[in-house]
Amino acid sequence: MSTAAPASALPSYDDVIARYEPVIGLETHVELGTVSKMFCGCATAFGAEPNTQVCPVCLGLPGSLPVVNEAAVRFAVLIGLALHCDIAPWCRFARKNYFYPDMPKNFQISQYDEPLCTDGYLDVEVDGEIHRVGITRVHMEEDTGKSLHVGGSTGRIHGATHSLVDYNRAGIPLVEIVTEPDVRSPEVARAYVDELRELIRALGVSDVRMEQGSLRCDANVSLRRRPAPGEPDAPFGTRTETKNLNSLRSVERAVRYEISRQSVLLDDGERIIQETRHFDESVGRTSSGRSKEEATDYRYFPEPDLTPLALSAEYVDELRASLPELPAARRVRLIAEHGYSARDLVDMRNAGVLDLVEQTVAAGAANPVAARKWWLNELARRAADAAVAPADLVITPADVARITVLIAGGELTDALARKVIDGVLAGEGTPDEVVSGRGLAIVADDGALTAAVDAAIAGAPDIAEKVRGGKLNAVGPLVGAVMKAMKGQADPAGIRALLLERLGVS
Amino acid sequence: MTDHPTSPVSRPAVPTTGAAVPTAGAAQGDVTRLTAAATAAAIAAGELSAVEATRAALERIAKVDDTVHAFLHVDAEGALAAAGRIDQRRAAGEPLGPLAGVPLALKDVLATRGMPTTCGSRILEGWQAPYDATVVTRLRAADVVLLGKVNMDEFAMGSSTENSAYGPTRNPWDTTRIPGGSSGGSAAAVAAFEAPLAIGTDTGGSIRQPAAVCGLVGVKPTYGAVSRYGLVAFSSSLDQAGPLARTVTDAALLHAAIAGHDPLDSTSVDVPVPSVVAAAARRDVRGVRVGVVRELSGEGYDPGVQAAFAAAVDTLTDLGAEIVEVSCPHFTYAMPAYYLIAPSECSSNLARFDAMRFGLRIGDDGQAGAEEVMSRTREAGFGPEVKRRIILGTYALSSGYYDAYYGQAQKVRTLISRDFAAAYEQVDVLISPTTPTPAFPIGAKVDDPVAMYLSDLCTIPSNLAGGPAMSLPVGLTDGLPVGLQIMAPTFADDRLYLVGGALEAALDDRRGHPLLDEAPAL
Ligand SMILES: [Zn+2]
Repeated sequence: MSTAAPASALPSYDDVIARYEPVIGLETHVELGTVSKMFCGCATAFGAEPNTQVCPVCLGLPGSLPVVNEAAVRFAVLIGLALHCDIAPWCRFARKNYFYPDMPKNFQISQYDEPLCTDGYLDVEVDGEIHRVGITRVHMEEDTGKSLHVGGSTGRIHGATHSLVDYNRAGIPLVEIVTEPDVRSPEVARAYVDELRELIRALGVSDVRMEQGSLRCDANVSLRRRPAPGEPDAPFGTRTETKNLNSLRSVERAVRYEISRQSVLLDDGERIIQETRHFDESVGRTSSGRSKEEATDYRYFPEPDLTPLALSAEYVDELRASLPELPAARRVRLIAEHGYSARDLVDMRNAGVLDLVEQTVAAGAANPVAARKWWLNELARRAADAAVAPADLVITPADVARITVLIAGGELTDALARKVIDGVLAGEGTPDEVVSGRGLAIVADDGALTAAVDAAIAGAPDIAEKVRGGKLNAVGPLVGAVMKAMKGQADPAGIRALLLERLGVS
Repeated sequence: MTDHPTSPVSRPAVPTTGAAVPTAGAAQGDVTRLTAAATAAAIAAGELSAVEATRAALERIAKVDDTVHAFLHVDAEGALAAAGRIDQRRAAGEPLGPLAGVPLALKDVLATRGMPTTCGSRILEGWQAPYDATVVTRLRAADVVLLGKVNMDEFAMGSSTENSAYGPTRNPWDTTRIPGGSSGGSAAAVAAFEAPLAIGTDTGGSIRQPAAVCGLVGVKPTYGAVSRYGLVAFSSSLDQAGPLARTVTDAALLHAAIAGHDPLDSTSVDVPVPSVVAAAARRDVRGVRVGVVRELSGEGYDPGVQAAFAAAVDTLTDLGAEIVEVSCPHFTYAMPAYYLIAPSECSSNLARFDAMRFGLRIGDDGQAGAEEVMSRTREAGFGPEVKRRIILGTYALSSGYYDAYYGQAQKVRTLISRDFAAAYEQVDVLISPTTPTPAFPIGAKVDDPVAMYLSDLCTIPSNLAGGPAMSLPVGLTDGLPVGLQIMAPTFADDRLYLVGGALEAALDDRRGHPLLDEAPAL
């Protein structure tokens, strides 16, 4: 069996891509965020003590029977609709039979040839270009338990002295979303998973946390020779399936590695073995799992303990009507309405402030740019310092909106605004309360300001003379002196105007 | 197999304190000979206490079960405690169910708190379910007294109860013969007067065939009428729990107690339970159209069975029923279809017995991996018939064979349902012998599985189509009971009781006593 070539020996990626076209399909498992499990009433909370969220049904005890969780069906239909799928008016669950200690019944209730959703697509944007990824199917199934291998050095089964199984996860509802082999690059593969995650998050049906395993991705990768000009496409090559990629970065890296690895084999005239592979994040390589030849025969058959799922057209239409605004449409709207660039949107989303910015604009921010600026820079930084999500900061979008209004009205400078934010975050109340509580308002009182201006002029007669002589830009140090005297509580533009006025050059 | 040294049977001595039985009034004579209806009536009238009825059953078990070996577990303490509570509540004037205080034997395939649930298998030896099957919950709620768990073919696979890991049960009519199966323990317990009622389960005839060969009434309700929650699955799309009793009325009372929609079982149907008790009491079949199934007769049917069946048909005619011969051509294919569907489903259902979470564990020496422990446990824990069916089902479902086997069998199932539908356009019920032969000797067919499978020839079509069916004793051949099967459309379970009640009354009248009175003393 051919094994992974050392990374250093791999040919340049650009060189590979010039000769081969990658053909990539993705299978994504998403844990649905239902309160209870797929086929029983057990809780689904993440991180509970092992085997505390179990019952006869999800432990597969003799005699227990499954009952479908309606919320899970609803969530799966919402995902299907958001992916432009057809929703089957009638479909069934099937048993996927294989033995594994973390599978309580030694079969998984899944769907086989009668999935809930079929034939959709998701548009993915990379560098301004739209790639349409076909969705073959979205089907429902239950998650397995989780094995913990104890006694080995790696936490893997190899070398372990014994294993423990936590069945809390067993029976948590999953959907599996399978694409057509439409993806042609690691970047698009990554962007697809990213976009899918955004879409599902927008639907509110899963927390899609890859690091917690609530979204897991398998990548099917094969290569075919690029045709010479005028030649038809070559047939698809033999594919490998790299399992359980648990970050966007891993999706891209693993696909990229597989492309290079397969190219070496093909260049050497070897054949690709159809197999599952595992991606080791620490070294950035995939390694062989089990080959197709020794793969399990799952002996699928219709689940006799469940009646077929027959969804009425009205039910599906109601769900269709209830779909929230989806990420792609939202991006189009935000660009049109608020004048953001595509880059701005990516930055705001990555910083986790997009919703907050939009809420700030809605709460009456001075303008969308100011809302973006304050959240993306100052507040995202504050959140990072406090190790919380921006949304979990004490300050509200309405507070931020008010601060931008105060700045635009000349009542706060940026520096003062930061002090106001300090106060709000310290629990001193609303921005207006902090302004009055800390005495942060710009001093508009002519008496104090005029006195400070006169003192500044008197203190720097040479500068004053230059300005009087028409060098208006020389006024800067005087503005600084006044600001210092006023302890910052003044509007620099107003000071400048007042200085010029007193110097008789306005 | 005459001894069962590894039997987990626990038969504590029956406490002897308290009033001796029987008592006065309706309960005069041997309390264990009373029907369930009479027992309940005597308890309701205060002529008999639930404790007395329970104690009588326990004494009978202590006396005859070493011979019959119906029980795998007797819960004397629990039964007497439950009976005591029922007596207290009756004394306090609280309302009680129509079967309050009546003792019952549970097939050991139903998950039951406080008792072992073994399914007749070594692999579940000592396992205590942490929950009650819905049938058990309903029985407890109906104030029925649970005496214990009774023997069965391992995981309900068999027609003789010889496939139990805990030794065979014997037919009370002739203890050298099988009591039928898989609910052989249920049938033997009722026929031996150890309990007036028993719960069995029926996947291909496992209530009706034991009822037939033990001279009892046994009913497989419509699929979906009785919850399967807690019934350890053999073949999910076929399994159904139902009553075994000595009379049609008793069976109806038990049927009514356990039937009804259960949200814990997705295949349980939310329709009103038909009035089976009223139907059992009507005793009027004038104008009822009765179809005799042509395909369930002839070659292979014991002459004595045929004679008793023919006499019963004459009796129905005398009672004013219209007898019609009906053809159900696809019934011929029922057996092969059943022996693909049931093993296929069982191969998957029994996968969970893997030593990981419950039951037997073999080979866990700190070195062996999980796969090896699973494999060694299953090798040691399952008996040969269970293994045979798991292998058969695994093969039938495997890639490349599914369409030819499982898929084809499902098509046969549809054709059989159509045969039934066409027949019920002409008739109200269908009848046939329940089994081609009476009880055969223990050991006679253990080496010939196909001959054993033929025991269920007449009963399988109803499981495949889902309709209800009853077996009713109609006579003897060479001193062994013969059963007549009545089949009805889905959710018309009351028709079984209407026809069965009328036929039973007429036969008892003619005979002057119930058939079971002719069983030899144990
Ligand atoms: Zn559960």
